[in-house]
Amino acid sequence: MSQIPVIPLGDVLFVSIQGELYDAVALSLQDDVTNAIQAHNARGVIIDISALDMVDSFLGRVLAEIAGCSRLLGADTVVTGMRPAVAITLVELGLTLPELRTARTVEDAALMLGVWVSSRTSRAAPVAVRQDEPEAMDGGSGTDGP
Amino acid sequence: MSEPDATTQRSAAQSVADVLLRRREQVAQRWAELPLFRTVFTVTRDEAVEAGQSVVDALAVVASSGRPGDLEASGFDPVRVQIGRMSASRSRAGVSVGQVAAEVAALKDAVVDLLKAELEQEPAEIRHEAVLFASELLATLRLVTLETMLDDGQEIIVRQRQQLLEGATPVIKLWEGIVAVPLIGTLDSARSQVVMESLLEAIVAQQAKVVILDITGVSTVDTLVAQHLMKTVASARLMGAECIVSGIRPAIAQTIVQLGIDLGSVITRSSLADALAMALHRIGLRVHSAPDSPPVAGPAAL
Amino acid sequence: MSTPVDETVRLRIGSDADLSAVRLQVRAKAQAAGFGLVQQTKLVTAASELARNTLVHGGGGEMEMSEVAQAGVHGIKLAFTDSGPGIADVEQALADGYTSGNGLGMGLGGARRLVHHFDIDTRSQGTTVTIVSWATTPVDPRAVLR
Repeated sequence: MSQIPVIPLGDVLFVSIQGELYDAVALSLQDDVTNAIQAHNARGVIIDISALDMVDSFLGRVLAEIAGCSRLLGADTVVTGMRPAVAITLVELGLTLPELRTARTVEDAALMLGVWVSSRTSRAAPVAVRQDEPEAMDGGSGTDGP
Repeated sequence: MSEPDATTQRSAAQSVADVLLRRREQVAQRWAELPLFRTVFTVTRDEAVEAGQSVVDALAVVASSGRPGDLEASGFDPVRVQIGRMSASRSRAGVSVGQVAAEVAALKDAVVDLLKAELEQEPAEIRHEAVLFASELLATLRLVTLETMLDDGQEIIVRQRQQLLEGATPVIKLWEGIVAVPLIGTLDSARSQVVMESLLEAIVAQQAKVVILDITGVSTVDTLVAQHLMKTVASARLMGAECIVSGIRPAIAQTIVQLGIDLGSVITRSSLADALAMALHRIGLRVHSAPDSPPVAGPAAL
Repeated sequence: MSTPVDETVRLRIGSDADLSAVRLQVRAKAQAAGFGLVQQTKLVTAASELARNTLVHGGGGEMEMSEVAQAGVHGIKLAFTDSGPGIADVEQALADGYTSGNGLGMGLGGARRLVHHFDIDTRSQGTTVTIVSWATTPVDPRAVLR
């Protein structure tokens, strides 16, 4: 089984874990990410696990250790896309991984890490006002003003 | 009273099996008069007799195996479904389990009467032994019937329980990125499990960033319920969503403290409105009244 | 307590790749037996923990998998056997945080929480851990939680 690519995107590293994972591959990912943080002077790591149908205590530990090492090297790690069944199982297993930062999507993680992302997703929040801007922004037909 | 020897027992088993086969018609005819058969097979009397015959056949097979008390005897297999149908029909008619058991017990008389008549020429010891054997055989039939009824009941309980679980967990979208689950009634393990699963599924489906678990309608919070809440919160967090528990009534707050339950890092709010305000804040929104509309009192003016 | 309904499958546990095979086979079996997604994930995760345990602490061994049925409910029974040195203190090994190798020490105790039935038979010639998981939760779920 081949290695998992660690992709630099600006000052963030992006890792997407796909499919069945051998222990050795998971362990080498840990090395690869730590080395890449150093090499690219990264300040954030996003690990997407939306393709994983299982995380056991070994893989949970690998994720927690990647986050721990990254922190020591000055980079924040965010794990994204964990499936419901995987989350329930991890918690039942006793692994709540409180040190691990998480986000629903890669995009959310990028926002958390302060990385610029395209704002094509302004579908959200049809009525209420963005906190940082006093004016209501409505992409649609918001023309009820005078 | 002396223990009957093995030979006597074997011959008792054989004579009961013989008599049942030989007098199958008569036994079935008499059974067809009894409520158990008469009220279930209502179309024709022949139908009842036929059903009775298949039960007699089953008893004969079990008798010849020599183990009249064997509940699992394969001899009963051909009639298990029929017995199930009969007992189900009786319970639908409002007859209690105990009454059905009594109706099955009533089948014994016909068998014993015929047995005594058939074995008139035999020595008293054999006759006595055969009657005992037949009694045990019919007692087993009664147990088989009860077992069937209990199995059916169990199945209904499981099915209804599942329906109850599935029907009772609405997940409400309050805002883009915010969902709420109002919990009502008693939270047992199975329901908590379903609540947890539908909530986490909703996080994915609704792209929720914040989840509000409202426990206003929960009657009591014990250690187990608290544990489930913590697990739900922890799972949601692993998926990248934040959980807020709202609607903790004063009495429940006291119970939680008295039980020494540590809700740890769980964010709690007393009302759903407070929780929503916080959730909106978390996704970077705030609520303010429009300058050209009259002010409305209270947080309900969302 | 339960009756087997089909042939027993045996899988060798001697390497990383075998752990992967265990997970895939258990997943397929659980799907076929009508397990829901969460139940599947819990069983696969428990199998992964126990198979790794067999590999790391027992020096390898095998897993036996069979489908069982009880009162019309289908379940899967897995038995992990190794010929390692055995577990000196089972109570301690089941307690969270205990580990004699590497890992977070969630292996045995964690796996126990993921299944309906858990049994350890350990002696100096080896250890067998047997687990059973049912497709539907038993009528009184509290009854099976020890």
